[in-house]
Amino acid sequence: MKDVKCECGHVNPHGTVLCEACGKVFDEQSKDKSLLDMRYEGSARRSQTYNKTIVDKIWNFFSSVKVGVWLIIVTLIASAAGTILPQEMYIPPTMPAEEYYEDQYGWFGKLYYELGFNNLYSSWWYLVLIAMIGISLVICSLDRVVPLYKALKAQRVTRHEGFLKRQRLFGTSGNVDVQDIATVKQRLKTKRYHVREENGDLLAEKGRFSRWGPYVNHVGLIIFLIGGMLRFVPGMYIDKVLWLREGETKVVPETDGQYYVTNEKFILENYDKDKDKTFEAAIDRAGMVVKNYQTNAVLYKRVGPAIPGEKPELEKVKEHKIKVNQPLKFEKFALYQVDYKLDELNTMSFSLTNKASGETFGDIKINLYDPKPKYDLGNGYHVEVLSFFPDFEFAKNGEPTTKSRIPNNPAFVFKMTSPEVPDGETSFVAIQQTIEPLGDNQYKMAFKGIETKNVTALTVRKDLTLWIIILGGIIFMIGVIQGAYWNHRRIWVQNKNGEIWVAAHTNKNWYGLKREIESVLSETKINIPADQIQNEKVDKEGI
Amino acid sequence: MVTISSNLLYIAFVLYLVATLFFGGAIKAKKDIEGKKGTNRWGKIAVFLTIIGFISQVGYFITRWIAAGHAPVSNLFEFTTFFGMCLVGAFIVIYYIYRTPLLGLFTMPVAILVIAYASMFPRDISPLIPALQSDWLHIHVTTAALGEAILAISFAAGLIYLVKVIDQSKASKRTFWLETVMFALVTTLGFVLVSTLFSSLDYKAEFNWVDKNDQAVTMEYTMPAITGPHEGELLTKGKFEPLVEMPALINAKKMNSVIWSFIGGFILYGLIRLILRKRISAALQPLVKNINLDFVDEISYRSVLIGFPVFTLGALIFAMIWAQIAWTRFWGWDPKEVWALITWLFYAAFLHLRLSKGWHGEKSAWLAVIGFVIIMFNLVAVNLVIAGLHSYAG
Repeated sequence: MKDVKCECGHVNPHGTVLCEACGKVFDEQSKDKSLLDMRYEGSARRSQTYNKTIVDKIWNFFSSVKVGVWLIIVTLIASAAGTILPQEMYIPPTMPAEEYYEDQYGWFGKLYYELGFNNLYSSWWYLVLIAMIGISLVICSLDRVVPLYKALKAQRVTRHEGFLKRQRLFGTSGNVDVQDIATVKQRLKTKRYHVREENGDLLAEKGRFSRWGPYVNHVGLIIFLIGGMLRFVPGMYIDKVLWLREGETKVVPETDGQYYVTNEKFILENYDKDKDKTFEAAIDRAGMVVKNYQTNAVLYKRVGPAIPGEKPELEKVKEHKIKVNQPLKFEKFALYQVDYKLDELNTMSFSLTNKASGETFGDIKINLYDPKPKYDLGNGYHVEVLSFFPDFEFAKNGEPTTKSRIPNNPAFVFKMTSPEVPDGETSFVAIQQTIEPLGDNQYKMAFKGIETKNVTALTVRKDLTLWIIILGGIIFMIGVIQGAYWNHRRIWVQNKNGEIWVAAHTNKNWYGLKREIESVLSETKINIPADQIQNEKVDKEGI
Repeated sequence: MVTISSNLLYIAFVLYLVATLFFGGAIKAKKDIEGKKGTNRWGKIAVFLTIIGFISQVGYFITRWIAAGHAPVSNLFEFTTFFGMCLVGAFIVIYYIYRTPLLGLFTMPVAILVIAYASMFPRDISPLIPALQSDWLHIHVTTAALGEAILAISFAAGLIYLVKVIDQSKASKRTFWLETVMFALVTTLGFVLVSTLFSSLDYKAEFNWVDKNDQAVTMEYTMPAITGPHEGELLTKGKFEPLVEMPALINAKKMNSVIWSFIGGFILYGLIRLILRKRISAALQPLVKNINLDFVDEISYRSVLIGFPVFTLGALIFAMIWAQIAWTRFWGWDPKEVWALITWLFYAAFLHLRLSKGWHGEKSAWLAVIGFVIIMFNLVAVNLVIAGLHSYAG
């Protein structure tokens, strides 16, 4: 395409509306308007210039602000829809999601589930929306920032008459002293304007960098979104839960067996209304308020190579009281306090008892996480654990079975051997229940007691995307502040036809600009430029 | 300390009320000295009272902080009161930029309503649950509230714009929606008045009822039950029997409060209409006739521009930092988080429409109103209706 040469000598790219250097109006349509559209300085934007190939069409689609706003609005409505009912990750794990939604919320819940709104924010179409916003951010920024930069760089001090006349703030004055111009120039400088002079014409400009604010914040957002995408790259993000009983040491998942953690003690504290008098009323109303969840943890590192089947040699790294808001951090990992279970069964004790005499022949204490196959009580007495069901229930076929490995409801099949019965007697023992499947026994395992332990749940987190997210956030904030808290102001004071013309433009905050001009021009013979938008309105309203 | 604190809040509240009257006076009196720019004597007194009230409320905030040992932004009463304080603070700043008492006449009533609404919630100093025990509580919540307050100023300015620009001589969609906004404000007042009435009468009625998990539970009503709980049985003698029974899924008590608020709102609105004999917005119109539309439009836009970065920082960035520390992840699609994102998206759309599609003036004013509705929804409904990680704030 052909470039356009302006009468001022500057060569503009094809599609330019206002000459980059002098501001002369090229576009026929703009010529009739009383005010110029100053957005993007009337520069040649690709999206406004080409619309032939498929690439052009895609480019134009995504560079449109209208499309951008629609994408934002659709995302907004979709996000709101996801909050009507709780997302699947927040529902209690008591029943499958499919049943839960219908059970709790009736037909609406069922519909919600069937539409996939139970996992709305990870649905393909929601991600497509976010991706489209990302693409729109890139394209619309590139479409504008490059020509805008060129136009602002090429601008000259002396401007075309048509350009000045069609600024929102514009005024002319005759009989102006040369001294006044010098005063104005000085005042503009003290107001931190960068003043350029050519042939006695002035261009005072400040805050141009605020024009880059939107593009800087868009870059920040793109980096943020890229950071979010990287989470799906294997190894970048780890989210595991580690259940740990008191006194237990386990390997920290995903550390290649390098790190081990021990739960020395789990503590749950409630507020005590007698001690915390200030909170008395609130505690009375709420009943119980938790003050602290804490795991006293010790972190170990393995020394030497890992040999399968052998106990690793561990070296203490540090102790840390893991509380909510105070995770244990090491290398790229962090361990968070997220859940707990109080008083989980840990051991059960029984006495081998003669049913007739009540005489006992020794106690056994069974570690429910690690029951021994045989407990020898001496003098010819011993007990074998034939079967162990930590979480006992009867299966559909009537056989005893276990729901999980957690000892919520332990049951045993014991074989008791004594001098009287050297072949042994079999007994099935569960809580509050004893079955003697092979006829009457002489001996029984009498329940003696239990020991319980608290269990803590720690989230193991590694997130290598964090620094990218942080970087994106910082850049976004810089951009948004740069664009919002500064204004790009320009004031032209020029000699035209023996008069002094003053025109001014700002990208926002016209009130501030007007006040500044008033103070700069005060007590000079230069008239304060009028606000042509307000004049227009007054004309229309006929006041 | 707690008593001093609540007295300071009370003083602030009364001062705000008086200041509003003076702002009204400033506008009325202005007619006589037509053409003279700036603020007259009435306006100066109004601003002075506002500032004294603000200082008093800051005093409330500090003394309560000392008493509780943590910044008083940890429950719905404290947060909403703080939001009201930020609203007044933001108004004072914007007033010194633009010096228009009219903005005070619209902002102060909103702030008063917000604070009055706040005090309908339990005012006890509550202990912090483990998740809240962090310095980020102070940083995140205060910045977010400040951002929302600055954005709310754009609502006040938008309202002025709409009151002035909308033709009240004939009924239209625009008059209807503007009047709906007025009605919503009146209904908030209705809620405050009805709640105060029944709590001063010490109305209490106990119910036995069956919840959605088929558990028998009891519940105490503090307003006469119009909507009763599921299979509810009134235990307290001589109290009002419910007219309608609600299914277990719906919180009958909250529903009841909502219905009472509307009853209060309708009565109040009816009375106002009876006295004014025209729409509230029509009655307000003479007050705004001297204001320049472009000027109000600019105040509205400026507030969004100032508030948007503060909101982003407080409600999203600081929120994410804290969520990473307390909840192991910076973002978890909790309803409050989502609604902060929605608010942010909405104002982002607002700025784009304004910048590029030229949505100035009336369209922009409507958007400012919708933005405030979203903020209020996030403040009220998300805490009370939608359950989530943030619902401790009840």
